[in-house]
Amino acid sequence: MKRYSVFAIAREALRYHTGWERAWRSPDPKPAYDAIIIGAGGHGLATAYYLGKNHGITNVAILEKGWLGGGNSGRNTTIIRSNYLQDSSSAIFEKARSLYETMSQDLNYNVMFSPRGLLMLAQTHHEARGYKRTVHANRLQGVATEWISPQEVKKLVPIINIDGPRYPVLGAQYQARGGTARHDAVNWGYARACSDMGMDVIQNCEVTAIRSENGMVTGVETTRGAISCKKLGIVVAGHSGVLAEMAGFRLPIESMALQALVSEPIKPCIDVVVMANTVHGYISQSDKGELVIGGGTDGFNNYTQRGSFQHIEETLRALIETFPIISRVKMLRQWGGIVDMTGDRSPIISKTPLGNCFINCGWGTGGFKAIPGSGWAMAELVAKGEPGPLAAEFDMWRFKEGRFIDESVAAGVAH
Amino acid sequence: MSTRLSKGGRLIDRAHAIEISFNGKRLRGYRGDTLSAALLANDQMLVGRSFKYHRPRGIVASGAEEPNALVNLGAGARAEPNQRTTTTEAFDGLVAASQNHWPSLDYDIGAVNNLAARFLPAGFYYKTFIHPRPAWKHLFEPIIRRSAGLGKAPAEPDADRYEQVYAHCDLLVAGGGIAGLQAALIAGAAGARVMLLEQTAHWGGRAPVDGDVIDGKPAEEWITATLDALGKMENVTLKTRCMVAGVYDHGYVLAEERVADHTPGDGRPRKRLWRIRATRVLSATGALERPLAFAGNDIPGVMLASAVRDYVGNWAVSPGDRTVVVTNNDDAYRTAIALKEAGLEVPVIVDARAQANGALPQKARAMGIRVEAGRAIVKVKGGKRVTGVALGLMAGEGAVLEEIACDAVAMSGGWSPVVHLWSHCGGKLTWDRARAMFRPDAARPPLTQDGSALVIAAGAANGALTGAEALADAAEAGVAAVKSLDLKAKTTPIGKAEAVEEAMIEPVWMMPQGAKASLRMKMWLDFQNDVKVSDVQLAAREGYQSVEHTKRYTTLGMATDQGKLSNINGLAILADALNEDIPAVGTTTFRPPYTPVTIGALVGEARGEIFQPLRRTPMQGWHEAQGAYLEPVGLWRRPYCYPRAGETHEQAVNREILNTRANVGLLDASTLGKIIVRGPDAGRFLDMLYTNVMSSLPVGKCRYGLMCNEQGFLSDDGVVVRLAEDTWLCHTTSGGADRIHGWMEDWLQCEWWDWKVYTANVTEQYAQIAVAGPKARLVLEKLGGMDVSKETMPFMTFAEGELAGIPARVHRISFSGELSYEIAVPASHGLALWEKLVAAGAEFGVMPYGTEAMHIMRAEKGFIMIGDETDGTVIPQDLGLDWAISKKKADFLGKRGQERTYLASPDRWKLVGFETLDGSVIPDGAYVLDAGTNDYGFRKAQGRVTSTYHSPTLQKGIAMGLLRHGPQRMGEVVEFNTMAGGTVAARVVNPVFLDPNGEKQNG
Repeated sequence: MKRYSVFAIAREALRYHTGWERAWRSPDPKPAYDAIIIGAGGHGLATAYYLGKNHGITNVAILEKGWLGGGNSGRNTTIIRSNYLQDSSSAIFEKARSLYETMSQDLNYNVMFSPRGLLMLAQTHHEARGYKRTVHANRLQGVATEWISPQEVKKLVPIINIDGPRYPVLGAQYQARGGTARHDAVNWGYARACSDMGMDVIQNCEVTAIRSENGMVTGVETTRGAISCKKLGIVVAGHSGVLAEMAGFRLPIESMALQALVSEPIKPCIDVVVMANTVHGYISQSDKGELVIGGGTDGFNNYTQRGSFQHIEETLRALIETFPIISRVKMLRQWGGIVDMTGDRSPIISKTPLGNCFINCGWGTGGFKAIPGSGWAMAELVAKGEPGPLAAEFDMWRFKEGRFIDESVAAGVAH
Repeated sequence: MSTRLSKGGRLIDRAHAIEISFNGKRLRGYRGDTLSAALLANDQMLVGRSFKYHRPRGIVASGAEEPNALVNLGAGARAEPNQRTTTTEAFDGLVAASQNHWPSLDYDIGAVNNLAARFLPAGFYYKTFIHPRPAWKHLFEPIIRRSAGLGKAPAEPDADRYEQVYAHCDLLVAGGGIAGLQAALIAGAAGARVMLLEQTAHWGGRAPVDGDVIDGKPAEEWITATLDALGKMENVTLKTRCMVAGVYDHGYVLAEERVADHTPGDGRPRKRLWRIRATRVLSATGALERPLAFAGNDIPGVMLASAVRDYVGNWAVSPGDRTVVVTNNDDAYRTAIALKEAGLEVPVIVDARAQANGALPQKARAMGIRVEAGRAIVKVKGGKRVTGVALGLMAGEGAVLEEIACDAVAMSGGWSPVVHLWSHCGGKLTWDRARAMFRPDAARPPLTQDGSALVIAAGAANGALTGAEALADAAEAGVAAVKSLDLKAKTTPIGKAEAVEEAMIEPVWMMPQGAKASLRMKMWLDFQNDVKVSDVQLAAREGYQSVEHTKRYTTLGMATDQGKLSNINGLAILADALNEDIPAVGTTTFRPPYTPVTIGALVGEARGEIFQPLRRTPMQGWHEAQGAYLEPVGLWRRPYCYPRAGETHEQAVNREILNTRANVGLLDASTLGKIIVRGPDAGRFLDMLYTNVMSSLPVGKCRYGLMCNEQGFLSDDGVVVRLAEDTWLCHTTSGGADRIHGWMEDWLQCEWWDWKVYTANVTEQYAQIAVAGPKARLVLEKLGGMDVSKETMPFMTFAEGELAGIPARVHRISFSGELSYEIAVPASHGLALWEKLVAAGAEFGVMPYGTEAMHIMRAEKGFIMIGDETDGTVIPQDLGLDWAISKKKADFLGKRGQERTYLASPDRWKLVGFETLDGSVIPDGAYVLDAGTNDYGFRKAQGRVTSTYHSPTLQKGIAMGLLRHGPQRMGEVVEFNTMAGGTVAARVVNPVFLDPNGEKQNG
């Protein structure tokens, strides 16, 4: 792999950029691999990346039914934070956040991780108590967060209205090293690194069946032929239930549409990420200048990647109350994605009833921020056949035991 | 130079001159001008700077597809960034300023990027700015952020208001061109309720400018006649300035009407958002002309051929004195002819096709215009405006054969149907090879819930590009729409446009065909985002081959025009680079809105205090008049406390508590959820819903109950009252009323649909007042009318009667631990009763108390609060509420969940009280520290505080919390962490701090 650098750009500029090589190869599937990962989204690619980097397993194929990064990892609001309440959550999200810090250097691909700071506004006394609890929990976890006053909020976000008539800002939970990253770049950076390690990223290759013998997985059938494997990782987010059915088990997952929108680009006016959970809205401004806005999930299950328009309206109402100047800014584009929700709103990184078949799903509305940590934990599980500490609590049998990892306590809405 | 012609202009009113300001310059125009027309009429060719390279840019188009001409419109509280000049109607006093440059439009430092353009290809930022690590946040990102963005964010809150309207119709026709008019006429005549929406201020679309002749007369006459006929139909609604933004599932359509954008401050709402439910949608949204990719095609003065024709025909504005026309089709000849007819020069028509012998080329030649077939523009010359073009062979690599001086270029790469509304909800496209365009695939339309086609495309939007084709297609579509509505088509006049024979288009995606790299780097595809042919080719070379990857890698089509001009050209270049067929590459997803919608319009009137529904109790006005400090609880705003002059909130809360404990207090408890559950199976139903038994509750009695979700976690609590043999009243928490009612209905409708139970949420039908304190009985006795003695009305009973002449239900229940009556009266009597209680209680020292006093008093008494002691992970057993869980019942919601190993574990954290050793208050949300670290390396915790207050009654800090093996550890001292990083020591005690035997509340 040719390294990216400012010198490489200068060299290529002289020959009209004709010398750049492919970011990732586009091979035909081989008949067999040591491991197959289904799903070339962020989590699947990160899993493959750490299989190679941490465990030396590089005879790996990542199968993608469409184009890589085309699911939720390419359509989210790119927020990165680790200010979670429960220890199991904080462990994996903080691992992920810390890996984001060095991801551009690790991958030699600028993912534009921007630790610009993240605020979660407290707009009721109840919410304030909840965030203070999270800050206390974060202290024990070694996650750097703090509780700040409304005046400090105003200093960080000059365009905010902290004295709204309905939900004045009572303070905020602040994670200074939270922020955003460029979602596509994360997917592409991983794909390039995987390809460089000799792995095959195979797009337009839909898995149609999972093969097994004596309770052990032996391979998959795809639209591009049958491929055998020793180990199989299913990392497909919204369509996890469909793949699980092929593998012969059921998941405690519901799939729903979650929506987001961006405004037209404007000059910088908000330099931190602001989440307002009482009124259901969150906002940041991309480096391009677009206000990136997220809303709530629909109250019913579906797979359409579209959502009910009233969520957009509710979110915008809340945001105009909080940021009155955006009233004359225009909405440029809105879209939806399918999120896979578990009963406790925490993910599943787990062995399955089928031997050597593992699953990573259930990230719901908050998966992007977890990508590197999720891949790290999943790779360990696939490589060793047993979970390491990061994944240990996220097995799918926890629902049977009532061993929930409930984060809705801290963030009642999309996170 | 661009200038106003002395004659013509079908849309301007020369009798009404207006004056506008652009970058502080005063410019003259006419009523009827768009801002673009007015700018061009004043030779303002340069209007903005591009996003990435800050290249000088001029107006390209005449409509919604404009990528370049975006301005900051208005000032102060009416400032709006990124307004397209092509769709902005000019008015006297309009103020506009160009964007994205410093210090000025003419001299922009940012244009240094343009000099370095060769080093800044698509995606260059992914490949650099990687080292050193902190530099991205502190150096590179801030620079990029400042140079990106377009217009400035408004500095002030919006001065305008917006309105939202609901509408229903059988057929929504989007687009008021001749196709839309024809289809609407057919549907209207058949009796369908039709809404015909047109995004511009004018009907008829392109037909008048294109010179269509309908039924032997100029198109304008047919348009007027058709409008006249439609106007007479009561079942037809006509709206101009109304852009259909998106089509959603189930026929939901969003449209944005510009009501007062051109008459700001006239008192009307600025915009109106239409939320329409349509049985069918007919998309007659026309087509957009595609630019051609040749070197320098972004220099101000290079415009779409159709736009040039529009400016001349509609507004009598000539973009240039000498306009070179470049095309791959016959339609652009209309522009050359129009220019010539207006007395302007057309030095040459450059036609990429080998031959140009159709009717229109013949006519052009006959008018003396030079036509060069098989030729290409190799390069446009000029900087801030066009000065000439260099011509070469279309088939060549860019060798210049001839240079021609000109001051404008009119280009046409063919037409693309506007398929957005077809596609928003899943309609598929097909590639029409002969016409080189994607058009709706009638076999794969977006579907309604019954599987029929939701959208019907008509006219140019359906690929019927010429006037004659469009009218014929629209007639067919109109009849199809009528049929799909189960109506009968009536005989309706169908317009017949004269067919003008046009030769075939030849797909040309860049010119010349073999252009070398140095030229391809100057061929713009996406003008606003600065994406060039070379960028798309680079993306393909680097493996970003999916059209979605190319779009994201290069930002093609992601600008504010959403790729209206660039998408098809871009994907054709991509297909070529990949050696694939265009349809194999496919398009990106069309997402709403069609053009950007003002966020204020999406919000409508839901602003300020009523941005969410506001719920008010009957006594709300009284609280406000008393200066109560309100806190949001759900959609209510409840008094937190009633501070008196000079009092802090804390002082007020303490006073309210001490007074209630010593005398008597009043709480507005109207927000408490009240749900009537009634029917033969109501008892059985409640036994499933609550953990304890409610069917055995005698009529006239009250019982505290708990509700859990299926997982077993505590979700709500409250007192249940048996009103009659078949009727129960369930009190829920204030925040939980709607959720619990929904929960009940969920079970009744989805699971136990055969049970005979009705529920009704009567929360707002009753006002409820808690009268609490040792003197509560005296106050009620003074009101008179009911026997409220201990003997007649003991604790946990209720009675109905009249208090002070008001029909009331009086409950002996207590959340404060005091002798307490909760009085429910019809909402209309709420304020009257409240005022009577205040008057009657005066001699006993009555004071109102707020929610914070309520919270502290219940904590003093050790009562749990849903949301404080519970957080979705707590089961009743954790809170020592085992007594409220029936052991006898075969089943209830949560029973099975609670039997799971982890929930049944003896090691769960359980409810206790805490008292700090020094009397201080434990911080909110603090954890009880444990020794050592866990598997993650985190400091271990063994419990946490759930409610923590200063108790004015006890004069010390008190707290409730959860602690591992808590009830077995009474007297032990534990440590909590604090925000400051220290610890605070506290003793484990009984959570009931006050009146443990209940003598006060039972008294």
